[in-house]
Amino acid sequence: MQEDKFVLGGREFESRFILGSGKFNLNLITAAIEYAGAQIITLAVRRANSSGAGNILDCIPEGITLLPNTSGARTAEEAVRIARLARELGCGNFIKIEVIRDAKYLLPDNQETIKATEALAEEGFIVMPYMYPDLNTARDLVSAGAACVMPLGAPIGTNKGLCTREFIRILIEEIEVPVIVDAGIGCPSQACEAMEMGAAAIMANTAIATAGNIPVMAEAFKKAVEAGRAAYLAGLGRVLDGKASASSPLTGFLE
Amino acid sequence: MNGSRKDHMQYLDGMEVLTSDTMERVCQAVQSYDYNRYTTADAQSAISREVRTPEDFAALLSPAAEPYLEDMAQAARSETRKHFGSSVYMFTPIYISNYCENHCIYCGFNCHNNIRRARLDIEAIDKEMAKIAAAGLEEILILAGESRAVSDVEYLGEACKTAGKYFKMIGLEVYPMNSGEYEYLHRCGADYVTVFQETYDADIYETLHLAGPKRIFPYRLNAQERALKGGMRGVAFGALLGLADFRKDAFATGMHGWLLQRKYPHADISFSCPRLRPIINNDRIHPKDVDERQLLQVITAYRLFMPFAGITISTRERAGFRDQIITIAATKISAGVSTGVGGHCEDTKEKGDQQFEISDHRSVDEIFKMIVEQGMQPVMNDYVYV
Repeated sequence: MQEDKFVLGGREFESRFILGSGKFNLNLITAAIEYAGAQIITLAVRRANSSGAGNILDCIPEGITLLPNTSGARTAEEAVRIARLARELGCGNFIKIEVIRDAKYLLPDNQETIKATEALAEEGFIVMPYMYPDLNTARDLVSAGAACVMPLGAPIGTNKGLCTREFIRILIEEIEVPVIVDAGIGCPSQACEAMEMGAAAIMANTAIATAGNIPVMAEAFKKAVEAGRAAYLAGLGRVLDGKASASSPLTGFLE
Repeated sequence: MNGSRKDHMQYLDGMEVLTSDTMERVCQAVQSYDYNRYTTADAQSAISREVRTPEDFAALLSPAAEPYLEDMAQAARSETRKHFGSSVYMFTPIYISNYCENHCIYCGFNCHNNIRRARLDIEAIDKEMAKIAAAGLEEILILAGESRAVSDVEYLGEACKTAGKYFKMIGLEVYPMNSGEYEYLHRCGADYVTVFQETYDADIYETLHLAGPKRIFPYRLNAQERALKGGMRGVAFGALLGLADFRKDAFATGMHGWLLQRKYPHADISFSCPRLRPIINNDRIHPKDVDERQLLQVITAYRLFMPFAGITISTRERAGFRDQIITIAATKISAGVSTGVGGHCEDTKEKGDQQFEISDHRSVDEIFKMIVEQGMQPVMNDYVYV
């Protein structure tokens, strides 16, 4: 099989699994990164802004690409300010945009996300917007300079899997930047399913951070993502609708 | 109401009157809450639901749910982990003044209690805050006795600006004020406002708050909404459990938070769950009126009703309770606490007596280690002021 690199913002990655960091016990995060084979890890700027004991930045091994996010932003303007702070903190040019003004379900505000994407792409950021899977929004995000789109599978932290499967499928079909499924993936089989559909990568946090055995679950995700990707590249076989094919085909009369 | 006292439902001059139905809705909900009508089946059903309604919350707080406390704790832990992972946030309060204009009969700061009064000047606040920050904390809660005359809004603003030099997150627990004043303090760096309603039973409230602006029940109840209108990011709610019927007060507290969350969906909502503590010069206060099992029922009911809300656990509770509750439902814990004025630096000249006796005297380091030992992650800051 030909080499299969995941290219994002001009950078090449072998792993297609992005690890979220917000819910981890920091003593266990290094193991999670290692066993998941993750090369990209997200972190909230509001957490990275911390110092002294319990600073998350001290727990991330070298060579891992940091993907700061703008969680805490309620408007495009706030997201832009947090992104600039991330750059000042030395977190690099990648930025995952999260604009959320709903504290209950943490659903992203697509309109504000488009505005923030436009502003930050102009400033040279590699913009990765977290979004509700809507085709028109995704197109606008691409026009605004997004390096990928990150539709949610289900609300953050719910572990409910691909509730938005059909809409993500449409994005994968129509959008030419990588589609990374973010939020809601609760178990390896769901990660595998997203990858089989053609997602470029998946992101998970809660599913691993709250597992009984974090390293083992991290490894299970790694294998699931790889299996799903391989299946996508191999080309899935056709799926029948549950009925057998008629033994006397309708077209049998043709000469 | 006693005829010689001011009408506790009438606003005083200068108090902003909100056009809001929040108070009416909270009070209506509480009035119609008859916790004895819920059955064990209601409680079991509420525990097992994925999304819980106010009716479920009512069942969870009822006596019928008491035999299912273990189930409630298990479900609460699962919700807490889902929304907060391993994180436990740490903070400490700083008492900058204990002068008070109110006569609340259960409070150590009340204006008729003969205690040592003090108000820190900005220099002393700076010194105390530097000492607190040196212990590693990044979140501070500024508290002051409720006296506008001694601790005016400008003074509180200067305290917030000073806090900004040392802390990433600044909360306020001071007298309720108008939305324009909250807006000013937000500009000075504060972003969270805590106001305890103490009790949502207006008749009992009247008998406990005999004089001072705090006597005005509706002005206090609408404080969180004014704070949100003033641009604050988050608001915290609390009833002082044991003052009145704790089940009704807990129900009201949850409903208050729930209603405001629906009205201001961007707001961070959190709950505190204080029980009465003994105070100086009053040995008639009985903190055991709400026992630990009942306190746990209240805390887990809050968690199950609003899984995304913060819950703060006070040093009013003993260490053994606090150590366990952070693994079940609470998300924020205070450490290195002094409830007196000038209590952090030995050489602070101004010293004021404490508001109440605390049960957990552990330092920041000790609480940090305890959180780690519980398999959780101490978080000093998860906030950026924007």
